Amino acid sequence: MKTSDFSASCPIPISQYPHVLMAHGGGGKLMHRLLEDVFGKAFSNPILDTRHDSAQFFVPPGKLAMTTDSYVVRPLFFPGGDIGSMAVHGTANDLAMSGARPLYLTSAFIIEEGLPMATLWRVVCSMRDAAKECGVQIITGDTKVVDKGKGDGLFINTAGIGVMEHSLTIAPQNVQLGDSILVSGDLGRHGMAIMAVREGLQFESTIESDSAPVHEAVLALIHAGIEIHCLRDLTRGGLASALNEIAEAGGVKIAIVEKLIPLCEEVHSACEMLGLDPLHVANEGRFIAFVAAKNSGRALEILRRHEVSANAAVIGEVVEKSAPLVTIKSAIGASRILDMPSGEQLPRIC
Amino acid sequence: MKFLDEYRDSDLAHKLAAEIHRVTTKPWTIMEVCGGQTHAIVKFGIDELLPKHITLIHGPGCPVCVTPLEVIDQALEIAARQEVIFTSFGDMLRVPGSTTDLLAVKAKGGDVRIVYSPLDALKLAVDNPSREVVFFGVGFETTAPATAMAVYQAAQKGLKNFSLLISHVLVPPAIEALMSSPNCRVQGFLAAGHVCAVMGYEEYFPLAAKFHVPIVVTGFEPLDILQGVLMTVQQLESGRAEVENQYARAVSRAGNQPAQDLIKKVFTVVPRKWRGIGEIPQSGLGLSDAYAAFDAARRFKLTDHRVEEPAECIAGMILQGLKKPHECSAFGTRCSPEHPFGATMVSSEGACAAYYRYRRFDAKETAGVK
Repeated sequence: MKTSDFSASCPIPISQYPHVLMAHGGGGKLMHRLLEDVFGKAFSNPILDTRHDSAQFFVPPGKLAMTTDSYVVRPLFFPGGDIGSMAVHGTANDLAMSGARPLYLTSAFIIEEGLPMATLWRVVCSMRDAAKECGVQIITGDTKVVDKGKGDGLFINTAGIGVMEHSLTIAPQNVQLGDSILVSGDLGRHGMAIMAVREGLQFESTIESDSAPVHEAVLALIHAGIEIHCLRDLTRGGLASALNEIAEAGGVKIAIVEKLIPLCEEVHSACEMLGLDPLHVANEGRFIAFVAAKNSGRALEILRRHEVSANAAVIGEVVEKSAPLVTIKSAIGASRILDMPSGEQLPRIC
Repeated sequence: MKFLDEYRDSDLAHKLAAEIHRVTTKPWTIMEVCGGQTHAIVKFGIDELLPKHITLIHGPGCPVCVTPLEVIDQALEIAARQEVIFTSFGDMLRVPGSTTDLLAVKAKGGDVRIVYSPLDALKLAVDNPSREVVFFGVGFETTAPATAMAVYQAAQKGLKNFSLLISHVLVPPAIEALMSSPNCRVQGFLAAGHVCAVMGYEEYFPLAAKFHVPIVVTGFEPLDILQGVLMTVQQLESGRAEVENQYARAVSRAGNQPAQDLIKKVFTVVPRKWRGIGEIPQSGLGLSDAYAAFDAARRFKLTDHRVEEPAECIAGMILQGLKKPHECSAFGTRCSPEHPFGATMVSSEGACAAYYRYRRFDAKETAGVK
């Protein structure tokens, strides 16, 4: 199928069904039409096109990685991305954190009755484009429609399978004393972009989500022979949660330096204004890498060659094998704990 | 970031700290009044740069922390009502009342929403004429003008579905109460910069004179706080007790006159209970008679009941500077930001939460917990 076959307009005529109905999940003709004309058309590939209950495929030799994630973002569209692109990037990135090359995704849609068909089509097209960008195929899926008021427009679950073309042990338990910690770019864009749209906050310039696939950058590190000990993507809970989780699982003390952490001006200002800590804010296209200290310079160089990690930086190191702890050296040079956020980030009073 | 990084310069911070070391000859105990300052001190580790015999005491200036349990309970009662959209600043949502908190009320179906300004709550009332919109007005003189503006505009618009649960508090009466306590150890104050940006600092002269205590209006960045401490120590070392202004880039002696006028127009000074401290005369703002129709407690016919604080919580002693957070037996073990006993563990400006978040390791060691 040529790209030009996809028009911007929805393949299900708006005049007929401008909104998703319960019947679109009812197993009859309407559902069949939705599956064929929307999902089938957008995601078409030889495995999906067999229209079987389960997808059948061969995998290349090597260890496999598998993951699943659900996407419930509100609003569905935000500066820098949407729920569809996020559902692909997020799962591909989870696979990349094992150093795996993402191959196949599943996609399950829970649609709230009344969702405009044009909205669904826009999301599906975005997933299609993101999958193409990531080099993955969406090979099976599911659709359910729930009553009005029982969903938030649209929820998506994707599961992914990837293949590990390396023999490294990438896990928190493999973190070594002296490891350098690299972050792949500036922090906090996704969380602040969502918050700005959701809360109607207006800043001078729009903050765009960093939602993007990171596996090419990770694979480049692996292919260059960088001794990677651990990788973690910085989604909910941000850098602070990721470092604390690794410190705990690996039984290490981690020390980072505030001044070395990349932040863009917009995110920094917005966080200062709202009393939020950018190290607690979510990202969708950032990760940290624990690498052998001897490799840190070369790893940084490789990451910076990729657009998605062009602002990568070394931010700290593993300083002790001991009780889990993360410390941060403040702007004025004093040291303090960097804790996980307690729960949801709540803006301060003043 | 411009206008911020300049005040976080490491070299200048160390120069100021060296100057403080040079001028300090005796032990001094200084209270930073505002929770924002406490947060900055612990977050940046400012106190680590100070001489060992300068003690910083964390004052009662966290609005979330001092809002009394009774008022939180009233908020919970109102927020649970079906016809109500309950609006609040974000960090009030986690503050525990007697039995639950606003986040839990929200989870059970209460319409609780975070707003960034009382005027956003007002807009919600305009946009939802069939709902009762209630704003939780807490905070010091800093947030009072915005609350006053919302009340004023609601009256102008003749809005019938907007009301406020008010628990605004005032700084000078709290300083007076602290200094009048026989246990008081405070020898100098860093006054809250943003409170003074609204109110000016005329009202601190009588306090400095009455208690012979230096009061330095201070900002919130590391260099501000270090300079504030330096100015206070210089006064203490030379036996002076004056009101000085470190935060001149934001604060003038007379303050923000239109904001003060609006506060006077809408509010009246009332006695107020402070969580953990008790009632302080003339220390709160309540709606004046002309605007009493906007009082949510009255609109929803809430009874004024008294509630006991958890016996184990020493928030009161912490807010008065009599104890440090890690001196509490529950600190970091049974009491944490996820399961707070008292409000000082809830807000990021609360002294206990600030210690927990940034200080657990050495605090515990000091307290002999570890």
